[in-house]
Formats: sequence, C-alpha cells, structure tokens
Amino acid sequence: MNKDRRSFLKATAALGTVSLVGFPHIWNKNASLARAADGQIKVGVLFSLTGTTAIIEESLNKATIMAIEEINAAGGINGMQIVPVVEDPASDPATFAEKARKLVLSDKCVSVFGSYTSASRKAVLPVFEKQNNLYWYPTLYEGRECSKNVIYTGAVPNQQQDDFVPWLVKNFGKRWYLIGSNYIYPKEENNYCKKLLAELGAEVVAEEYVPLGHSEFSSVINKLKAEKPNVIFSTVVGDSVVALHRQYHAAGLDPATMPMASLTTSENEVAAMGGEAAAGHFTSAPYFMVWDSPENHKFVDAYKKRWGADKVTHFVSEPSYFQVHLFKQAVEKLANSDITPNAIREAVKGQEMVAPQGKVRIEPENLHTWLWPKIGQCQADGQFKILKQTTDWLEPVPYKAYPNQKCTAEGLKQI
Amino acid sequence: MDIIVSQLMTGLSIASILMLVALGLAIIYGVTGVINLAHGEFVMLGAYVAWALQTEFGMGLLASLVPIFLIMALVGWLVEVLVISRLYDRLLDTILATWGIGVMAQQAVRLVVGGELRYVQMPESLSKSVTILGATDSAYRLFILFVALALFGLTWVIYRYTNFGLKLRAITQNRAIASSFGINTARIYRLTFAYGAGMAGLAGALVSPLKSVSPEMGTTYVVDAFMVVVLGGTQSLMGTLASSGILGELSGYLAFYSNDTIAKALVLVAIVALIRFRPQGLFTARART
Repeated sequence: MNKDRRSFLKATAALGTVSLVGFPHIWNKNASLARAADGQIKVGVLFSLTGTTAIIEESLNKATIMAIEEINAAGGINGMQIVPVVEDPASDPATFAEKARKLVLSDKCVSVFGSYTSASRKAVLPVFEKQNNLYWYPTLYEGRECSKNVIYTGAVPNQQQDDFVPWLVKNFGKRWYLIGSNYIYPKEENNYCKKLLAELGAEVVAEEYVPLGHSEFSSVINKLKAEKPNVIFSTVVGDSVVALHRQYHAAGLDPATMPMASLTTSENEVAAMGGEAAAGHFTSAPYFMVWDSPENHKFVDAYKKRWGADKVTHFVSEPSYFQVHLFKQAVEKLANSDITPNAIREAVKGQEMVAPQGKVRIEPENLHTWLWPKIGQCQADGQFKILKQTTDWLEPVPYKAYPNQKCTAEGLKQI
Repeated sequence: MDIIVSQLMTGLSIASILMLVALGLAIIYGVTGVINLAHGEFVMLGAYVAWALQTEFGMGLLASLVPIFLIMALVGWLVEVLVISRLYDRLLDTILATWGIGVMAQQAVRLVVGGELRYVQMPESLSKSVTILGATDSAYRLFILFVALALFGLTWVIYRYTNFGLKLRAITQNRAIASSFGINTARIYRLTFAYGAGMAGLAGALVSPLKSVSPEMGTTYVVDAFMVVVLGGTQSLMGTLASSGILGELSGYLAFYSNDTIAKALVLVAIVALIRFRPQGLFTARART
C-alpha cells in the first residue's frame, strides 16, 4: 500500500515535469499564441460595422485593412502574412467584450486593432489585461488611463489643447463657452481646458452638456446669442456635431467673431454638414487630410484608390493606419518563434516611424504616442487650412490634469 | 424683449418639427389602431430620398417635396399591403412587425448607400437669417413652421370636409358599423397608412438640412413623436397640434434656463405625471356611445 502510494507520487511528479517541459502551454499561456510554423500572423480587427458609431468606425476599419494589405503585398513580416480576423461588435460595449474574448482566446490573435469610443475601450480592457494580450487603440481620448495591454496612438488632452487654447485666447479673447456631449470624454477634456484657461486668466461663461445624439440646438444658440462668448469650445461628438454647425450657420452667427473650436470635428463630420456650415471654425488635431508630406500624399492616394474617390481620411483613420505599420516594425524585430503579445509590447516601446502626420514614437513609459498637434481652420470646400503646427513633436502626458499621478510601465504612480 | 421673442420662436420651431414628425404617427394610430414603430424609419427614408434626389438628379429640396411625399406614400402603401393588412386588431403583433420593418429599413439603407452621414443642401433662398421684432431667427426654421402649419391645415380639411374624411371619422368611431354601412374599410386603412408614411417622409426631408442624415436618425424622432401623441390624445388632430406646441415651448424654455439634458428629463416626468391623472391625453375625440 505504502509502496503503491510512493510510486504513484513519483509517477505524478514525473508526469508533471514532463508536462511542464514538453507542453509549455500548460504553464505559459502565451506560448500557444506563437505564430511561426504556419507562416501566418493572426490579428484581430474590431470596429463596429453596424450600429450608431458604424458611421465613423467603418473608416477606421478601412484604414486598418488597407495597411494590412499593403504590408502583405510587400512580402509580409519576415516572410509571414498578416491574417486579419474581422469582427463586427455592432456599437455595443458588451458585444465588444465578447468579440474581443473570441479574438484573443479562440482565434489566438497576437494583437487586436480596434474601437472608437471610450465606452468600448473600457469594455474590452479587462479581456486584454486578464489574457495579457495587446490592444491597439487609434482614437483621441480623455487620457487618465494606464494599462500595459493597450497601445494608444491617438492624441490625449495635452496633445490637442496645450497649443490650441493659448492660441485661441490670444486671437479671440478670454470669454469661453464650453459645450460637450454628456459623457466622460467631453468632461475630462473640459477639466483640462479649464485648467489651462485658469492659468491664462480666461473666464468660462458657461459649461454645458447635451445628450448623446442630440440634434436640437436652438436653445443653445439662443444662449450663445445672449452670452456672446469669444470662443465656443466644443467637444460635442457624432451626429450632434453636424446639427450644431448647421443650426449655428442657419441662425446667422459669425465664425469671425464667435468661432467654434473643436477637438472632435474632422473631415468626416464636415463632409456631412456641408462646407458652408463648417467654414471658419477651428479644430486641433495631429493630422489633417491636406497635410503636405510625401507620406500623407501616398496615404490619401492609396485610400481613395482602395475605397473610392469620394472618401476622406481624418485624424482617427490616420492612426488606425500607422499603428498597423508600427506593429509590423515591432514584430519584424522578433524571431518567428517568439511572436507573443508580451514580446510585441516590449519591441514596440520606443519604436519610431514616419507616419502621414510626421514622425511618431511610442513612449516606452506609458505606451502612448508622441504626435504633431496642428491647428486647422475649416474652409468652404470641406478641407482644413493648417495655420500652425507645434515646433516639435509633443510628448503624451495622459495624467497632465492630475498633477500627482504618472503612468509608468509598472502602472499608475503617485509622485 | 428680443430674448423673449427669440425664446418664443425657438419653442415654435421645436414644436413645428415635433408636429411634422408626430402627425403621421397620430393619423395612423388614430384611424387604424396600429402603433407604428417603423415611423422613425419612414422619417429617415424621407431624408434619404431627399438626399438621393439631390445627388442623383440635382433636384433642390423644395422641388423634391412632392415626389418625396409620393414615394414615401408608396412605401407606406406597400408595407400596409404586404404586412400590416394581415395583422389588424392584433396590437402586439403589429408592434413587433413594425419594429422589425424599422430594423430592416435601417440595415437596407446601410447596405445600399452605406453607413456614413449624408448631406442635404438647404435651399439657397432660405439659408439666411431674418429679423422679427428685434430677434433674429433662421429663415429655414420659419419655413418649416409654415409648412408644418400648412400640412396640418390640409390634413384637418381632408378630415373634416371631404368624403374620405367622413369615412375616416366613421371608421375611427366604430369599424364594424362603418363597414356594415358599405364603407370599404380595408381601402381606407391602406390610404391612411400611405398618407401617414408620406407625412413622415416629408418630415424627414424637411429636417435634413438642419440635422444630419444617417440610418439611425429615426430612432430619436419616434420617441419624441410618441410623447406628442400620448400627451395630445390619440384620436385628436387638435391634440397633436396643441401638445406639440406645449412640448416645444416647454423644452425650449427649460433648455434655455438649465440645459437640454435636464429639459428632456423634466418634460418626460411632466408627461408621466399628466398621464397619471388624465390617461386619455389632453384632448379626446367626441364620440357618441
């Protein structure tokens, strides 16, 4: 009986050792994700193709697919083709989480490119953190997030506002009207804006939020007429942007004396509101379609050729495009046998490339991106005229509105 | 002074859009008893027809209003023939069926013309602002107000003074008896549904230069339209007129003194409270029982 038990223990121990050595996926979750043998690298593409945000996410999907096709046509990564697994999360955060789980666990993607709204990013975040996978997020967002499982290639508040707000105060004046859609992004951006305005001695005459999808701005227009602010700082998003501009224009207000300054109005929204309603207003972003650089001409031409001459590129579709190329650069540095999310993250730190907007770099400390903020004024033809660009690329500081916090590789630090 | 006029005009403007959207819904429910959850999508389709006529045939918005009404009436007629006519007197089934039609209409638009926001140009002659009693207002908003009142007048005249209207009123009071007097109720229902859909299409076309055209745009309108109909009383045209006026002025006023989020919530609370004490709505059609 004793002997039996001893041999049983021995056998169990031996079996355990064999399984640890011989079947590494039992102890190393990521080992099974290595994509070398079959000459393919699987990535997830997770943008809503239906539902309310499909309007914009479709263009992000197109930019991502185009970048993958370009890389594959040029021979792939170290001879391996990128295979996109496209899922449609239908603008619904719960579906986002479910599809993310599928892409990571069942399709074994080494990275997922996706999503537009903060709500959907927050929904997928636990999946990527738990499975220790990598999520590439192209949208400008409110900052204040620190995860080693997300690579952020869009602008954070300091990258859109540090130049923009002082410039507007200098050129138009100190009475500001803040209007946004009623959710976290506009509120965080406005917090940062108010901080800058306080430093400049400017005044906020009103801060107001309208429901998401709101399209009746006549009361807001009346308040603008009554308050006569110098600048209307708008973080209204989506369809509402179109309604706000069109009703502002129809009411006979003049951008020369009371311009709207926005962080969210891109070529995409302008195409839907008509150039005459948008003309004269300002947007701050790292990318505009008219930016004059060889990389951008190539990007715009390829996009129109692939998806139609009437299509526009904008400041969320550009990061959607260049982040796939950054992914390629990072994976290129790895041996085919150890392509894992962990290894990709380490390889992507400090990675640089010349994107359509200029040379960008992934900040190793917080996995956000160094970008080139620009100020554009919209013209009647629906394109922006670039008035100013930062003299140097700008560091991403996702916690700038919160002076005692800092995002590092080990997570959030209190200083 | 000018701010008071301006507030009043804002309220009227919101009210006119509410009434345009609610009129078709009220007519269809009042006559046929069908709760048409696809009404918002009829509004959306009207906006897309305006966009298509403008981009494909270069037709201005004003010139395309009559074709839009006819096209959308045809759509309504087809929906009635193919689906609704089989479901009368089955309230829950019609709710489900019209909801399904709405979902299909959204997806069909997305498949045929794509999901991006679309642009309908405002008529050149109406793109200026005008001054009334010291307050400036958008000429186009005044135009919508005028059209909404004209359409209401037209509907009321049809209802009150035509043979068709007489039959409508008879059916509204009692379908079985009207039918036994030789009124072809199936035909009247069909025409009512087509007329209501045509009105919804016009509403969509008219708001498209002020707002954005997207496959989802109908969803918000249908909620507002239901509030108008519920408040006004379901069988009364005058109720629709009055309640859109009340809701428009009320939301305009509340939004000016607080903000749109609070205005929306307060208006909803007010309606709920009112329904508690007057479940039939503000107005009811007089009927001999």
